[in-house]
Amino acid sequence: MRKQIEGSRAVAETVALCRPQVICAYPITPQTHIVEALGEMAGSRNLQPCEFINVESEFAALSVAIGASAAGARAYTATASQGLLYMAEAVYNASGLGLPIVMTIGNRAIGAPINIWNDHSDSMALRDAGWIQLYAETNQEAADQHIQAFRLAEELSCPVMVCMDGFILTHAYEPVDIPVQQQVDDWLPAFDPRQVLDPAEPISIGAMVGPEAFLEVRYLAHHKQVRALERIPQLSEDFRKSFGRDSGGLLRSYRVENAETIVVALGSVNGTIQEVVDEMRVHGHSIGSLSITCFRPFPREALRAALAGARRVVVIEKSLAVGSGGILSADVQMALAGRGTRLYTVIAGLGGRAVTRTSLQRCFEQAIADRLELLTFLDLDTRLIIRHLERERLRRRSGPVAENLLHDIDLIAAQIG
Amino acid sequence: MAAFLEGKFAQAFPSFGSERMGAPVASYCRIDDKPIRSREPVIQPDVIIIQDPTLLHDVRTLEGLAPNGYMLLNSSRRLEQVRTWSQHANIPPSHFCTIPATEIARHHLNRPLPNSSLLGGLAALTSLVQLESIKAALRSKFAGNIGDRNAAAAAEAFTLVRENTGWEGNQS
Repeated sequence: MRKQIEGSRAVAETVALCRPQVICAYPITPQTHIVEALGEMAGSRNLQPCEFINVESEFAALSVAIGASAAGARAYTATASQGLLYMAEAVYNASGLGLPIVMTIGNRAIGAPINIWNDHSDSMALRDAGWIQLYAETNQEAADQHIQAFRLAEELSCPVMVCMDGFILTHAYEPVDIPVQQQVDDWLPAFDPRQVLDPAEPISIGAMVGPEAFLEVRYLAHHKQVRALERIPQLSEDFRKSFGRDSGGLLRSYRVENAETIVVALGSVNGTIQEVVDEMRVHGHSIGSLSITCFRPFPREALRAALAGARRVVVIEKSLAVGSGGILSADVQMALAGRGTRLYTVIAGLGGRAVTRTSLQRCFEQAIADRLELLTFLDLDTRLIIRHLERERLRRRSGPVAENLLHDIDLIAAQIG
Repeated sequence: MAAFLEGKFAQAFPSFGSERMGAPVASYCRIDDKPIRSREPVIQPDVIIIQDPTLLHDVRTLEGLAPNGYMLLNSSRRLEQVRTWSQHANIPPSHFCTIPATEIARHHLNRPLPNSSLLGGLAALTSLVQLESIKAALRSKFAGNIGDRNAAAAAEAFTLVRENTGWEGNQS
């Protein structure tokens, strides 16, 4: 049923339709309303049989999910930001053991400095942990990707993160079509585990593996993800046939036909980018955009094909590899290997900085004129940078950076006022 | 939700700030006849609802308001200074109104939560959504008696704003 609903609530209702048997979560910031709503549903018997386990930390949350999944239960959890980092060790364990857990990431920045707002630093920090990573453009897609995630995870025996922008999606009210139970039951078969801890047929899971086979275990994990590159578009197509809408898949292009410039991004910022593309097309610019909905496995071939006609590519990134540059753009660069395509990396929206149409359009126009720096920081306040660098030059004990910058902002505001 | 009930597309999202009572917060809403894709904060609003008049001491509160925009202010007083500000921001007199939303809320809800009253006022001032849709949205958000009391607060605010602005049914 189509509803005007908060993103977190839409995901909670959809996850409930997937009949998870164990949900574990640590209810503290950073967390979303998703597990709160699921906790209510499990408590009120709307979601049965399901055990909701209130654990003592994020590390415990995923560890309990690992145990539950190994015992053959469909297991789900959600976290973000520092919570994801705190469970990092278990994140690797879940994938290393091949346990098909589904976890929502309500993407947020990583401190210090303390910051609760949206960017992709959290899921990017664990991009190579062996989980499949899907990125939602809208709340509809986030909801739909969860249904697809359970099926994909369980088919492959591989955990899946569904990444949705914190606040921008999780806290936004917009229309979402929530399927009915029967539709989901018809599409998502019961969990049939490849390995299960069963007292009747005792096995152990989690052996120590030395140099003789570690590489091979890792290769098989990689092989599984490469297979997912074929399976994800098939599942998306199958989903479309049953539910009547396009959601998920590897990537989705927007007005890229004959586009000389193509903008590539992950997540909800694609909506804003599409608005800018429309505006610039009106003014005769040859520009399109491309939303990568599956980041791990990275759809290198599909991307290479989609960018075939582009003279330049602008990657908008909500994360920063400090000391290097873009994270997504490094993968995009590999997809473009051997071509003369010019690649611009634009770091935008860190720590919740608004990514505005005005700034994006200015940036794309500079790219089209080939006047954009190869690595650009969108809307960087250079006054703050210059002031701070000058302070460091003048004084050895220049003090903490974050506190100094906040003080400078107040000073600058006072001068303007 | 009210706009959705009328078959329009709507998007609403908050901007979080300091996690303490009384800290300034902002929240945005877009209503359109087509799906809404942009995720940027509303930078140039057509309508601004101010829940606390002390926010007007910050000049940035009215920044970006569209020419001929609307402004609804929660205040039990008719502040001459506010009138001056609204003129400064090019708000036509019929597009501007103050209502004692907190008092209306206290009367109906026994709590100082001006939101539902302000939504009723918004419907009266702008005709962007019908009062009935606001009431239906409040009743779907808050079950039973709480929903009814919020709907009553919205209705009282609606009537008050229509009286205050001398609304004759010919404004858009």
